[in-house]
Formats: sequence, C-alpha cells, structure tokens
Amino acid sequence: MHHVVLERWSRGTSLLHRRDARVKILSLLIFLIAVATTHRDFELPGLLYFAVLVGGMIAARLPVIGMLRRAAIVLPFSLTLAAITWISGEPRRAAMVVEKSFLSASAALLLVATTPLPQLLRGLEMLGTPRFLLMVAQFVYRYLFVIAEQAHRMRLAALCRGGRFRPKGGFRSAAGTLGVLFARSYERADRIHRSMISRGFEGHFNLLSRPSLVWADAGFLFLTAALVAVIRV
Amino acid sequence: MSPVIIARNLHYKYEDGTVALAGVDFDLFPGETVAVFGGNGSGKTTFVLHLNGLLEGQGTIEVCGLPVRGETLKQVRQKIGIVFQDPDDQLFMPSVLEDVAFGPLNLGTPPDQAVERARIALDQVGMLEHQHKAPYHLSAGEKKRVAIAGVLAMDPEVLVLDEPTTFLDPPGQRSLTVLLRGLPQSKLIVTHDVEFARSLSKRAVFFEKGRIAGDGPTDRIIEQFRWIGL
Repeated sequence: MHHVVLERWSRGTSLLHRRDARVKILSLLIFLIAVATTHRDFELPGLLYFAVLVGGMIAARLPVIGMLRRAAIVLPFSLTLAAITWISGEPRRAAMVVEKSFLSASAALLLVATTPLPQLLRGLEMLGTPRFLLMVAQFVYRYLFVIAEQAHRMRLAALCRGGRFRPKGGFRSAAGTLGVLFARSYERADRIHRSMISRGFEGHFNLLSRPSLVWADAGFLFLTAALVAVIRV
Repeated sequence: MSPVIIARNLHYKYEDGTVALAGVDFDLFPGETVAVFGGNGSGKTTFVLHLNGLLEGQGTIEVCGLPVRGETLKQVRQKIGIVFQDPDDQLFMPSVLEDVAFGPLNLGTPPDQAVERARIALDQVGMLEHQHKAPYHLSAGEKKRVAIAGVLAMDPEVLVLDEPTTFLDPPGQRSLTVLLRGLPQSKLIVTHDVEFARSLSKRAVFFEKGRIAGDGPTDRIIEQFRWIGL
C-alpha cells in the first residue's frame, strides 16, 4: 500500500526530514504558487523546478524513480485535461498543464515523504487548518488499512460463493458490498468513539509537544523562497 | 474491605425493546479477578458498558466509592480502565506512544509527564521498544498489549477486559495470561475461553438473559453451566 511506503520514507533522519513541518508546508505553498503563476516560456523554469525537486529528493535520501512514479498518479487526470486543451488548439498550454500538475504532485509527495503524519497534522494545525478537518484526515489515514482489509475479506468471501466483481452483472454485488462495508465502518466508528470516551476524550486532541522553530528552519524557508523566486523571475 | 465495583438492581433496555439487563447485582473486591461468562446476547458487554457510564440504565453502580453519574464520569473513567475486544478500535492515534499518552493527556497531565507515564505503561507490557511504530504495523498480540498499556497509563484501580483472547494465537494467549497475572489491579474478564479464565480467576459469574445466574468459584461455575456449552 502506498501509505505504508510513505510512512516508512517519512521516518527518515535526513536534513530535510528534520525541518519543522510548518516550514516545509510553507515552502510547498511558495513552490506551488510559483509553479502555478509561471506562464510564459515554461520549458527552462519547468526544468529548474524539476531539478529543485529532484535535489530535495536526493537530499532526503529518497528513491527518486520511486517518488516520480508515485507522483505520476496525477497524469491520467491531467492528461485528460491536456487532451481537451490540445484539441482546442493550444498544444503549448496542454504541455504546461501536464508539467505543472506533475511538478505539483511531486512537491506535495516530497512534503509527505519527509514529514511523519503526526508532525504534518500538527504543522497544519499550528498554521490554522480547522481541527475537524485534520481529525478526519487522521482517522482516514489510520483506518484506511483496516477498512481495505475488511473489503478484501468480503471480496474473497463473495468470490468463494461464486460472486463476481466484473462490470457485467458485477455492479450489483459490488454495490451491496459497499453498503455492508459502510455499515460496518459506521459500527466501528461507534466503537472507536466509545473507546475514546472511556479514556477521557472530551472533544479535542491534546498535543504531546509543541515543536519550536530553529534557525535552520528559517534558513530552509529562506533558501526555498529565494531559489523559487529566482526561477520564477 | 469495601468493593471496588458495586452494582445493584441494574436494568437496561435497548431502543428496539430488547431487554439486555434485568436486575444485575454484582460486587468486585480489591485485588480480586473475576471471570464473566455467558452466551452471546446474555448482557455481559452491556453490563461492562455501564461500568464507566457509556450506557446508562436503571439501578445504581459505584466504582471505587464514586457513584457512576454525569458529574463523576471523568473520575470514574480514570478509576476503571476498559480494554475492548478489538484493539483496532482502541488504537486510533498515529503512533504507539501517542496512543498510550492519549488517556493521561485527557486527564490534564502535562505533556512531559504524560509521555513518562506512557513509557512506564509500555515498559510494563513489554512494548517500550515499539513506541514510535504506527499501530497497524503491530501483530494482534502486540496491539492488545498496547491497548492494555493505554489503559494502564491512566493508573486505574480496576481493569475490565472484554474478550481479551479474541484474535490471539495460543502463544499470544499465554503471554497475555502472564502479563495479566503480573498486574496488581482488580480485574473483570469477560471471556468465552474457559481455560484462560481458569488460569487467571478464582471466582466467576455466569450471565443469562440479562441476569447473573451463577456466582462462585470458577471451577464450580464451569461445571454448573457446562450443559449449556460452557
């Protein structure tokens, strides 16, 4: 599963891993804004943005090919958009859509692959993201695996009894499975809530520690902003 | 010595009209371990959920001298630690250490002390080396140990375990028996596993149709209710 690999990558100890999550989130934002607002002659800036990202991956001791392959998950979506743009007679813009989306996905992946989820959520919270959204993200991340396993077991059980998950005639059983999965997830949510209340939960998560910024974090943010600004200009 | 749990004439009916508890009287004494037997739907889990106020029926319950009601719930939930059947329901934080520290933080313990308590609890259950792992990287037995640590970190006087051997293989069950034997708290163990109960508790109760139909030495209860599958 993707998120298990990312989890392992995010527990590294490189210089990039050790930077404060807030600084990395802000750097990502600066990068995304710069990429999105670079309009003319994207070839050279695009290559330089790509070089910055690959440099970041190497500095974080992450497998570059593996990272780029995972970032390519956005391509089916952006290629569809690009195809429409191409047909409407704007081939350069079409190429830019693909390049920008791939760069943005790679940058977001670099953040996730160098920041353990608890730190990432804490960073987002300290930057003002609503707690409710973060709680939802945390629970989805935690229980994605459990629900996926449950779905896998149900699929096996259905196949054992001659069930089918192919488009022809399979949609009905797949819809039934989804319904049952939803009901079971709902029941599990109820049990989780009970166990939280049993341990004194009163509606908000308390933090174990509040991370503090060091000079290296400020330096990292400045360096990223300067690098991206030079490419952008 | 006064009991740590006193339940008197406990009644509970679910919204669909199912009577789950029909007059339960029960005492648990300090240091005692009691096995709770009974078929599915006999009222065992409903009874457990009353002990820390998750369900509220008619009758009275006292935990460590505190009546279980709105204003005492926070203290009651510190005094009585419930370990649920499926550890995946109990381990919801991104890392083991954060999960075990969840309870102490909710009690208002300062973060550094909460971490300290979490580490002590993890050490108690032999899971300290896994403190930075994500819960889904653990085996079923390890998850169960972490779930117990999460409750121990709150420093409870009573431990309630709901079917603790579910999902565990025989070595996992043996290791859980050794762990539970070493814990000083009074314990209430809801189980279908006769041998597991025999190895831990001298006293057992048998639930039937929302009532306690038998209460006495574990061996006698097992013998008495063997005819209905125990």
